[in-house]
This record gives sequence, structure tokens and C-alpha cells, in this order.
Amino acid sequence: MHSGTEVQAPAAGRHQDAVGIDLVDVEKRFGSTVAVSGASLSLPRHGRMSIVGPSGCGKSTILSMICGLTDPTDGVVRVEGATTMKERLARCAWMPQRDLLLPWRDVAGNAALALENHGTSKRAAREQVLDLIDRFGLSGFEKKYPHQLSGGMRQRVSFLRTMAAGKDVLLFDEPFGALDSITRADLQQWLRRTLDEAPRTTVLVTHDVEEALLLGDTVVVMSARPGRIVQQIDVRLPQTESRRELIRHPEFAQLRDELLSLLEVTE
Amino acid sequence: MTVMETMTSTGTDVPTSDADPSSRRRWLGATVKRILPPAGILLVIGILWQMAGDVFGVPDYILPTLSEIWASASENWEDTFSSATVVTLTEVLIGFGVAIVVGVSIALALHLSPVLRTAFMPLLIGSQAVPIVVIAPVLAIIFGYTLMPKVIVVALICFFSIVVNTMHGLASVDPELIKVMRTLDASRWAILRRVEIPAALPSFFTGLRISATYASVGAVFGEFAGSLDGLGYVMIQATSQLQTDMVFVAIFILTFMSISLFVAVSIVERFVCPWARKEDRR
Repeated sequence: MHSGTEVQAPAAGRHQDAVGIDLVDVEKRFGSTVAVSGASLSLPRHGRMSIVGPSGCGKSTILSMICGLTDPTDGVVRVEGATTMKERLARCAWMPQRDLLLPWRDVAGNAALALENHGTSKRAAREQVLDLIDRFGLSGFEKKYPHQLSGGMRQRVSFLRTMAAGKDVLLFDEPFGALDSITRADLQQWLRRTLDEAPRTTVLVTHDVEEALLLGDTVVVMSARPGRIVQQIDVRLPQTESRRELIRHPEFAQLRDELLSLLEVTE
Repeated sequence: MTVMETMTSTGTDVPTSDADPSSRRRWLGATVKRILPPAGILLVIGILWQMAGDVFGVPDYILPTLSEIWASASENWEDTFSSATVVTLTEVLIGFGVAIVVGVSIALALHLSPVLRTAFMPLLIGSQAVPIVVIAPVLAIIFGYTLMPKVIVVALICFFSIVVNTMHGLASVDPELIKVMRTLDASRWAILRRVEIPAALPSFFTGLRISATYASVGAVFGEFAGSLDGLGYVMIQATSQLQTDMVFVAIFILTFMSISLFVAVSIVERFVCPWARKEDRR
């Protein structure tokens, strides 16, 4: 691995040539209910976007549409140029709030799922994920079953399973929502570092403003009924390893306040 | 490194109860507590039964005492019951096996195809409404006094709960998990093989346990309708000659057979899906 300490500049400036995710005037209706309306956004390749908003604002729906699990009623969703559901699904890995690990598979077996789905034999797939398990700080736990792990570790295995799919686009739907605040802070820090080491295009849905700022270099604020994009804010914060330092930073506080006020208006 | 710190701290609260000797003692205590009450009840019933003949003078052609039944069992074991038990057990096991194969196949087919599901579900439920007692003689006419009609009756009695429970298990998978699997590039077959089938195993075994208790009843029905050997045949012969003790021996053997099958299924289940119990305990 390359040294993780070599801090990278915010992605916004780096990859402007390659578009990762592109939504143009997207609308999604379920019957007569409009879940998402007039949503347009763009994220460069290997950029990190956070979407915040009150519950029911359609942020999870946007994620499903990007992922290729569902199609918009109107508008275009493009993921690295792909527009059909099948092609989008091939480029995206999706991870929901609950870890949804398979209880009959141990840590390595769960992590190896995507590889096995690609046709790798069970044993070879296990071998291949061992390196990733090690990098995720889970070595020694390969043969533990989900019921033997704490909530934070289960979620980490779930991350591992998502990453092992080798997709360029990672979609997280409130991945830390079910965790206690200490575990959550730890995993946020850990995910930041993991993404620094192996950059991917990520979209993170959350209703935690701090989390949105920590993990996104651009934050999209949404309003509910119908789900609309209220504003997109670029996050330019000093590069630092420490989550605590970042949160203490005056600019961070200012951005947090700005986001909170936007969310207040929308509610 | 904060990550490593939480790793070790969470590592310590991993349950290690399986290796703990005090928990084993507790398990032993719990087992004794579970076995004592039913054993006590059985003992009381046994004593009352014996007293019915010995003390209250109930005639033996109505209710033979346990000692008379035991005597009859040992007297007739060699020439009658040993072969009858083998015959009936064979019918039960083959019928049960057929029910598993057919039941699981039907469950998979109906799970995978909504069209088949809507087409065949009424027929499936209807098949359960037809009384087996009526079917058995018809099968005996078609197949004669062979093994076949008994196997069919056992399978008919057993397959339904296997189908219903297996289908329920296959459909019980969290829809979000199916979505996750799709984004992990799983084909329909991969989802079935890696998620739905393992997830369905506990319900499948529930179905098996239910049908295990029916299986011997099915074999006896089959034999009642026409046979030359087997516990059902022995019962019919004994009844007409008022040899009630023989009937009771057959009943006890059949009961033992059902319980053994039930226990065998439970043991296999414990080996095949050990996670199911652990998840429940969480």
C-alpha cells in the first residue's frame, strides 16, 4: 500500500474530466406520490458526495436509482456513462443500514460472496479476501460467525463485503445509523482513511450533518414531500487525519451551521 | 490507533459460553429439568394403567395391562413383530424420502415461478382436502398388495407440510438482502443457492419434523387398505381376534418409530444449520 499519510486534495479539483455520477432532471413517482422531483446533480469520478435531508425526502430513492435497482420515472441517471439499469448495477455496490450478513457464513465467507458470484471457487475467493480482511483490521476474525461479532464489527464486515465486489461506485445508505456514537465515530474515521487509500466514487446518505461533512467533499441538502434538492455545498476543509481536529475547526462549525439552517428551512 | 483499540475491546465480549464448564453444568441441570416432568407424567399414567387391570378388573380384551402387553411383545417378537416392524419402517422411510424429494422440488418450482404458484396452489391445497383414508383403498386396487400404495400414502401425508414450510422459508429472506446480493453481481441462481436455500433450511426442517410424526400413520392407513405384512396388518388381524395386547404392542412400536424419526430429523437439523439456534439466542 502507498503511504496513507500522503493526504490527497479534495476530489472536486482532481478528476473534473471524468464524470462519475450524473443525474439530469430526475423524477420518481410511486403511483400518485412524487418521491423525487427535478433532481439534478453531478459527481466527478472518485468524488465523495453526502446527501442529507429529513426522513422521507427521497434520498434513499436517489440511491436506488443510481444503483440500478430501480429506474427514474423521468430524467436520466448516468453512472460512468452507463444509463441502463443492468449496466448501472454492474458498476455500483450498495450497502444499507443493516449489515445483513449471512449467519451461516463466517467473516471470510461473507466477504467472499461477490467473488463467488463472479465465478471464483469458494476456496480461491476466501484466499483472495484474506488480504482485504487484514487491511480492514479484521485479521484473526476470519472464521468468526456474525453472531459472535459486535455491531460495529458486523458493519465493518458488511463494508468489506461491499468493497470486495471491486465496484468503482459505492453507495452507502445510512451505514452508521444503527451504531452507538462511539463506534460510529470510530468507523467514520476508519472509512475516511480507507477511501483515502483506495479512492472510489461514493455517495453517502445520512441525516447526520456532521457525518455528511466528514465523509463528503460535496454535500447535497434535500427537502421532503416532494423530495427536492435544495442546495449543493462544496466542502473545502483543511486536510487532516484527525476527525476530532476537523470537527473543532471553525470552518467546519460554520458549514455545519449552514447545513443545519438549510434543513430547518426545509422542515 | 483507535480502530485497533475498539477491535480488541469488542473482541473480549465475544461469547465463549460453549467452552465454559459452569455453563455446561447449567445445561445439564436444564436438561434434567426438561426430562423430569414428562417422565413423571408417564410414570403416573403407567401405574394407573397397570392398576386398571390389576385392581379395578378391566378385562384384558378391552385394556390389557402393561405387563401383559410386554409379555405379548416378547412372545410374538420373533415370528410376528420383527418382520412387521421392518416392513412398516421400510414403507415409512421410503415414503418420507419420496415426500422430501417431491416436496422440495415442488416448493422450489413454486417459489421460482409465480405463474406455477398461482396455477398449482389451489390443486395443492385441494390435495390435502381429500381424505387419505379414502385414497388408500383405491391405491390398493391399482397397485395390489405391494409396497407402492403404502409409499404413496405416506408421501401424500408428508409432502404438504414440507412444501408449505420450505416455501415459507424460501420467501422469508429480507428483500434488502436480495438487493444487496444483486449489487454484488449475484444471478438468480446464485441468490437461490447462496441465500434463499440456506435461509430456508430451518423452516424446511420444521416441515420435516411435522411430517415425521405423520409418516407412520400413513403407513398404517396404507396397510389397512390391503397388505400381507406390517404393523397395520398385524393390528387388523389382532383386532378381529380380540387380541388387544397385540394391537397395543403395534401401537407402542409405531409411537416409538414416530418419535425416533422426529428425533433423527432434529439431530440432522442441528448439524446442518447450527446457526439457526445461535441466531435465536442472540
